[in-house]
Amino acid sequence: MSDTDAHVTNAYFRETMIAQQPPPATETGAIKWLRENLFPTWLNAIGTVIALYVIYFIISHAAPWFLNGIWNASSLTECREIRNATLGPDASAACFAVISDRWKQLLFGFYPSEAYWRPVVALVILLAGLAPVLFGSIPRRFMAFSLASPFIIFFLLWGGSIWLPIAIAAGFVIGFYVAKALASVNQIVALLGVVIVPILYWFFVMMPLVNMLQGFLPIGIMAIESKQFGGFMLSIVIGVAAIVLSLPLGIMLALGRASDLFIVNKLSVGFIEIIRGVPLIVWLFTASLLLNYFLPPGTNFDLTLRVIIMVTLFSAAYIAEVVRGGLAAVPKGQYEGADSLGLDYWQSMRLIVLPQALKISIPGIVNTFIGLFKDTTLVVFIGLLDPLGLTNSIRASTDWNGIYWELYVFIGLLFFVACYAMGRYSMYLERKLQRENR
Amino acid sequence: MKKTIFLGTLTVAGLCAAAASAATLDDVKARGNLNCGVTTGLTGFAAPDANGVWEGFDVDVCRAVAAAIFGDENAVEFVPTTGETRFTALSSGEIDLLARNTTWTMSRDTDLKFDFIGVNYYDGQGFMVPRELGVTSAKELDGATVCIQTGTTTELNLADYFRANNISYEPVPIQTNAEAQQQYLAGACDVYTTDASGLAATRATFEAPADHVLLPEIISKEPLGPLVRHGDNEWGDLTMWVLNALIAAEELGITSANIADMSAAPTNNPEVNRILGTEGELGAMIGLEADWAKNAIMAGGNYGEIFERNIGENTPIGLARGLNAQWTDGGLLYAPPFR
Repeated sequence: MSDTDAHVTNAYFRETMIAQQPPPATETGAIKWLRENLFPTWLNAIGTVIALYVIYFIISHAAPWFLNGIWNASSLTECREIRNATLGPDASAACFAVISDRWKQLLFGFYPSEAYWRPVVALVILLAGLAPVLFGSIPRRFMAFSLASPFIIFFLLWGGSIWLPIAIAAGFVIGFYVAKALASVNQIVALLGVVIVPILYWFFVMMPLVNMLQGFLPIGIMAIESKQFGGFMLSIVIGVAAIVLSLPLGIMLALGRASDLFIVNKLSVGFIEIIRGVPLIVWLFTASLLLNYFLPPGTNFDLTLRVIIMVTLFSAAYIAEVVRGGLAAVPKGQYEGADSLGLDYWQSMRLIVLPQALKISIPGIVNTFIGLFKDTTLVVFIGLLDPLGLTNSIRASTDWNGIYWELYVFIGLLFFVACYAMGRYSMYLERKLQRENR
Repeated sequence: MKKTIFLGTLTVAGLCAAAASAATLDDVKARGNLNCGVTTGLTGFAAPDANGVWEGFDVDVCRAVAAAIFGDENAVEFVPTTGETRFTALSSGEIDLLARNTTWTMSRDTDLKFDFIGVNYYDGQGFMVPRELGVTSAKELDGATVCIQTGTTTELNLADYFRANNISYEPVPIQTNAEAQQQYLAGACDVYTTDASGLAATRATFEAPADHVLLPEIISKEPLGPLVRHGDNEWGDLTMWVLNALIAAEELGITSANIADMSAAPTNNPEVNRILGTEGELGAMIGLEADWAKNAIMAGGNYGEIFERNIGENTPIGLARGLNAQWTDGGLLYAPPFR
């Protein structure tokens, strides 16, 4: 009893406040949190205990394996000898030595080791080129770099003459100016011109031009065939190329499917349904096996390029359906509002409808991209050595035969990092674009 | 419109395919390297090392052919192929030679239109069991669970063999050799069956290889050999005689160690001289230089040296020569005379 109550005359009343007491132990701090979150009812308490046991079971088995990991050895046998010598024969220990021995191969495949800097620089340029597209806070003028970056990356990865990527890029510039010149004549003529003139240029003018320029001013770095691509680099090349190419294609297909024009509509529907209705692995076999018979012998139509095209078409069909969902979710009033402003079809799509539709579709689009990126491992079935294919090759050497988990853990980690980053970006973008129309 | 282009391409492709089948050797020479199909990885037979350099028993056959043509064992582009893509890659011309532990069967030779140029490894299907089971013969495996790769000839061979011997078994279907190793070690099956060379390679990777035994029964014939497209006999002859030269070299005692001396001047043995080009004109008969066989043998040694280096008893795989010994040693290797 505090001394402030000393002068109290009436025994039934307290005239002053009691000093603040700490809350009961069960209602504060960690104990409260535990009670509320882990043991609120009997059922939950049992569940918690079981879950804790499962976590303990997994960690108690996996942790020693990870922590005892042996990083320096030249073969699995040596790993086992080191383990027997230091930990005893019954200890569980990972043999991560296979990763220190082969990580370069898992990342770059058969890319020449003196040129490893090229894919690394290409990755930096890719990220730098993507930044202005992905993050609005970066000044728009850096978009010019983003437009140039695919050609720089192409040059870095495949090498050869510098004039080839420049000549390819020139095709787009030609298309741009053709569009500008013909726009005043007629829209349809302009559209045809944009498609036909650059294609004619690429097929008939470009190669002689490149050869002439190369003879005139030979600049270039060592050419590297895509046969030598492999490992995680191959996954990224296929994945990124397909992601970048399939988004515009998918949007065009979605617009085509929503279009009133009979031929455009039916072609889009047919394309989407046929591509989507057949498993990706079948398309990959088509790319690698069937095309070989159709193409004249001796034509060197790059297998990696064929795979990129197939994966792009496949994912474009999925993107088209995701975007179509977004288009359908935009209220009809928005379309009508655009029309009432006197905007033509492309303007209304570009300025009013697509920004809203794409915002709605973001989770679906990123979901498709993550799926696509992981599906690149299917190329192992047509003999391309992606990381999973390389696990088999690495196991086939007598040094590392019998190794499983170490390689898969490493590859899984690489894929997880890439896919998790994509997922996080999608959430960032959704938050940033959030408007109060939910 | 798309359809007509497609059909047009098809027609053109068909015409070109008909026109451009012959003269693989000219194509290879013009290209400057040999395109050789190998597996994406099979212990001892083909695998890339840490620097991406392919090595193995099948790989050395490719290198020998390249060396015979170009005098350079590295003038080979190795194309990794899977079980599904290997035959298409060969028949479409993507590769010139397929050295991918492929079993020589009648339908592959005739219906698929390939020519096997010989046998570089005589294999057969065997069984591996844990020693503690105390089994000494495949006939004692009544009621056993058997790990077996689905969709392979081994599956069919197994069914045939057990039915013929009136034994019951329970198959445990698995997809890959890697999976099989895990399942077998985890005790999911009593027996693992696949090609004997594969069993030996698998057992070599176990922590305690001595705890597992290979049963003596070999229940199938699996002659593994390199193959080429049907229809270009000159190319088939060339590759066949490169393989024969490797086998004959071992029989005649030509090794990578003494080949420099033996080819410097004609020796007492006329067949050695004919192989090494110091006598006769055998090289010109297959469109190559006189020292073709010398280069082929120098690439990786004779057959015996290639065998010992990749899969022989001093390697972790530790295969005995067995059927793959020279005919003079009781094996099946028998190169026709060089004359």
